[in-house]
Amino acid sequence: MGFTEDQFTDDQMIRYSRHIILPEVGGKGQAKISAAKVFLIGAGGLGCPISYYLTAAGVGRIAIVDDDMVDLSNLQRQILHSTKTVGIPKVESAKGVLEALNPDVEIVAIKERLTPENIIGYIKDYDIVIDGSDNFPTRYLVNDACVLAGKPLSSGAVLRFEGQVTTIIPGEGHCYRCLFEEMPPEGLVPSCQEGGVLGVLPGIIGTLQAMEVLKLILGKGDVLKNTLLIYDALKTNFRKVKVPRNPECPICGTNPAIKELGCYEANYCRA
Amino acid sequence: MEEIIPDKRIDIRGLKCPYTFVRSKLSIESMNTGEVLEILLNYPEAAASIPRSMQDHGQRVLSVDKVNDTDWIILIRKERD
Ligand SMILES: [Zn+2]
Repeated sequence: MGFTEDQFTDDQMIRYSRHIILPEVGGKGQAKISAAKVFLIGAGGLGCPISYYLTAAGVGRIAIVDDDMVDLSNLQRQILHSTKTVGIPKVESAKGVLEALNPDVEIVAIKERLTPENIIGYIKDYDIVIDGSDNFPTRYLVNDACVLAGKPLSSGAVLRFEGQVTTIIPGEGHCYRCLFEEMPPEGLVPSCQEGGVLGVLPGIIGTLQAMEVLKLILGKGDVLKNTLLIYDALKTNFRKVKVPRNPECPICGTNPAIKELGCYEANYCRA
Repeated sequence: MEEIIPDKRIDIRGLKCPYTFVRSKLSIESMNTGEVLEILLNYPEAAASIPRSMQDHGQRVLSVDKVNDTDWIILIRKERD
């Protein structure tokens, strides 16, 4: 659904008026938002605020992939789900709330686990990929798939009181493996369950990711390319760390060792 | 005095702020640089706020006229995208 001027219904003109008023957005920017297709991994702590705000903004199509069910322990931070939706698939719980928020947006609910076999087929039809997953195998799988497919990727992570955000533009900036070449060995990595997380933290990191995605869609401002943003909630401190592209990177370097998606689950329990 | 013939006319009587400006802005965006938009409106506050906002956005306000007891006509020339 693209629109210019008179193709905005009165309701759409009113719904998106605070966007249209901005000189940097306008009707043309809103039309870009409405034409955009994004692919979101995870309907959890990060995925909830990400999809909530992108739906409110009127992004044309949002696919959400997650194979989990809503659990009571999710509700301390996963704001799309509710006491009433405990036990049903997270993507269905999310879809209900998002469709009620904005009928302009097409929500595609995918109750599956991403694998090296299916990920490229999914992301090829989307403009931007957003990683809201909570485990390293998925994080590396999504990074590698986006580099191979040339898809911009917003990546976020949270643990305890600290969050990280970065934006990966394959061919232009760094990728996740430029930053951390290999997955940390199992045992060194606390899973979300072991680590705990203060409930507001994924809200802050997720909304930063949603903002990065909107700027990518609009082509306005600077995104976190070649940059890792680290948020320390206890100290209320935001810190930007420069991450140069690594010419030796195993996937986006000049002589990449990884040419196809391999195995990501070895030695990892399911997070 | 040379008469200005608008390239596009919109009637936004009945709309209130900020939708008076939103609808006018959407119309200006769809026009070419140099073209003139005629806006017919009856929301008093907008008779002052639309010209101001259009100027802020880089457009030229050609005239603001109260044409009867309730209505105004504003002419805007598009100067920039
Ligand atoms: Zn890399």
